[in-house]
Amino acid sequence: MADSSPMQIVVDGLVKRFGAFTALDGISFGVAHGEIMGFLGPNGAGKSTLIRILCGLLRPSAGRALVAGIDVAGDPEAVRRRIGYMSQKFSLYGDLSVVENLRFFGGIYGVSEAEMPERLRFAVDMAGLTGREDALVATLAGGWKQRLALGAAILHRPAILFLDEPTSGVDPGSRRRFWNLIHALSEEGVSILVSTHYMDEAEYCHRIALINRGRLVALGTPLELKQHSLGGELLALEGERIGEAIAPLARAPGVRDVAMFGNALHVLVDQAALRLPALLALLAGSGIADGRGRRIDPSLEDSFVHLVAAKLPPTEVAS
Amino acid sequence: MFQRIIQLLLKEFLQLRRDRSARFRLLIPPIVQMLLFGYAATFEVFNVATVMLDQDHTQESRALVDSFVHSSRFELVAVADDRRQVQAAVESSKAQLGIVVPPGFAELLRKGQSAPLQVLVDGTNSNTALIALGYAGQISGAFGQTYAQDLAQRTGRALGRPLVSVKLEERYWYNPNLNSRWFFVPGVIGTLTLITIVNLTAFAIVREREVGTLEQILVTPIRPVEFIIGKTLPFFFIGLLEVSIVTAVGMWWFRVPFEGNLLVLLFGTCLFLISVLAIGLLISTLCKTQQQAFASNFFILNPMFILSGFSFPIATMPQALQWITYVDPLRYFLIIIRATYLKGVGIDILWPQMATLAALGFGLFGVAILRFSKSLD
Repeated sequence: MADSSPMQIVVDGLVKRFGAFTALDGISFGVAHGEIMGFLGPNGAGKSTLIRILCGLLRPSAGRALVAGIDVAGDPEAVRRRIGYMSQKFSLYGDLSVVENLRFFGGIYGVSEAEMPERLRFAVDMAGLTGREDALVATLAGGWKQRLALGAAILHRPAILFLDEPTSGVDPGSRRRFWNLIHALSEEGVSILVSTHYMDEAEYCHRIALINRGRLVALGTPLELKQHSLGGELLALEGERIGEAIAPLARAPGVRDVAMFGNALHVLVDQAALRLPALLALLAGSGIADGRGRRIDPSLEDSFVHLVAAKLPPTEVAS
Repeated sequence: MFQRIIQLLLKEFLQLRRDRSARFRLLIPPIVQMLLFGYAATFEVFNVATVMLDQDHTQESRALVDSFVHSSRFELVAVADDRRQVQAAVESSKAQLGIVVPPGFAELLRKGQSAPLQVLVDGTNSNTALIALGYAGQISGAFGQTYAQDLAQRTGRALGRPLVSVKLEERYWYNPNLNSRWFFVPGVIGTLTLITIVNLTAFAIVREREVGTLEQILVTPIRPVEFIIGKTLPFFFIGLLEVSIVTAVGMWWFRVPFEGNLLVLLFGTCLFLISVLAIGLLISTLCKTQQQAFASNFFILNPMFILSGFSFPIATMPQALQWITYVDPLRYFLIIIRATYLKGVGIDILWPQMATLAALGFGLFGVAILRFSKSLD
């Protein structure tokens, strides 16, 4: 069954309700062999809920999810044999050593005794913990722990890997190393579904699903999202007290969206070259003497802000 | 399936081996509590602080006071000069009992009449007060009887009525000296096992939930039932070990005779442990943090203890409470352990308790497994 479909994960009209609250509202998408799919969205958007349903930890209220060709709600155990899962919470045993943790999870996953030494060596190498096999996990620094957790999650060679905000609380250097590992796995054909709220990390994904309030807002490659999701061209305006110009700019002709990005305003217009002179004049008229602007290529964050968080204050988007 | 359970068991014992404080918590507190209960938990009353007021000042009144003082039940802490001092001594808790011999006490006795003796008791601790009063009655009764016989002899039965009395020939079975330690020690074994094992089980699972390892385990192919078995079985063995240790202390340190069959006790203990593990598991499904588990344990274990018949007779409880005791596993285990210890009876007598315990245990366990599976959602 798994091989007859090009998709490793097929999600079709998935709904999850907690009482009156709808956490997921009709989500559909697919993930191919070896694809890295990133979930981007503000906290509480439903990313974790979706991953937990796909791992069989939660039951969907409606809709269907096939993982490795198997209906998760129908046979969660069969699904769990084929997936690896790593959550934002560090979840190995601090009072067990590196190798004891790996041996335990390997044993639970049914890694055979014959294969175990090779898999343990692989995981230890991957985490960069060679020579520290007997160290208690509680004594390891964050980056090592996180790579070890990844090692534990792939001991049984899963075809699909779920990562729920795997790099939260890890330093940038370790994050880069972690993403190198993820790409290596993807090249071996492992499908990876990863949620994150780091914009730069989302750029590492093959495709991105933007989720907000339980709905799939956009789906595409990072480039596609950046180029097409905005529906216009982007201008960056700078100047003293530029924030005061948000309201008049938003009312100016041709302007579709205005958002604060650090010290600058990003203004979405229909045609950048056409509108820039009028907007600069408007700045001057609003008492911003040193106003200046230029056309920029949109970043993923621009798309994110435009698609997901337009109604939220800018501070909630920056992460 | 067995492979996964064995992996969990191995992990659990590895963690236990590494956790020094857990090993300490397993062994030392039960022994200390056993010793405390063995020595301190007793209904017997000795050395009741007593204040005396002798307003008669006769040979007879002094003899009566002496028989109180020499009884070991009462300890003379003060001799009062008037009633106010008696009252003051009881009010200030200096004395728990006041004995007042009124003027004319001896005169009445010599005439062969009943003589009043006033006893004032601090009833704050109603249990001690009742028992002390009983002793006071015994001592004064014996004194009166001896005096009457003596008087009858001296006066050629002219005075001092010949006494007709029914004498009780008391035989206390199973605990001939009514040693309350014999009653308490077996009970303590059950109570300690309940408290320790419920705590250990609940905490072990809630800790995994709190740390996040529970979620990590649940995305593996392990089934909830396998997880629960792997997680509770270690505490089953620990429970058996604990019962053995505490029983050994009871038998060899406190010399409480064990009349029954150890295998019967072992079987009863296994049945009891199923309920105990299920209760720990149930608590763990209700709690997200170890702090909540701590509060819940207290809330559940204390009533179980009070309603078990450990020290308060179930028959005297209000009917509604008596109904609740029927679902208290400790109630049945206390009957089993006391009966095997002191009466030496076997399964032929104890099967109703054992059957109930088994039903309760498997029922609770079933509910716990259902609740556990649901609590994941």
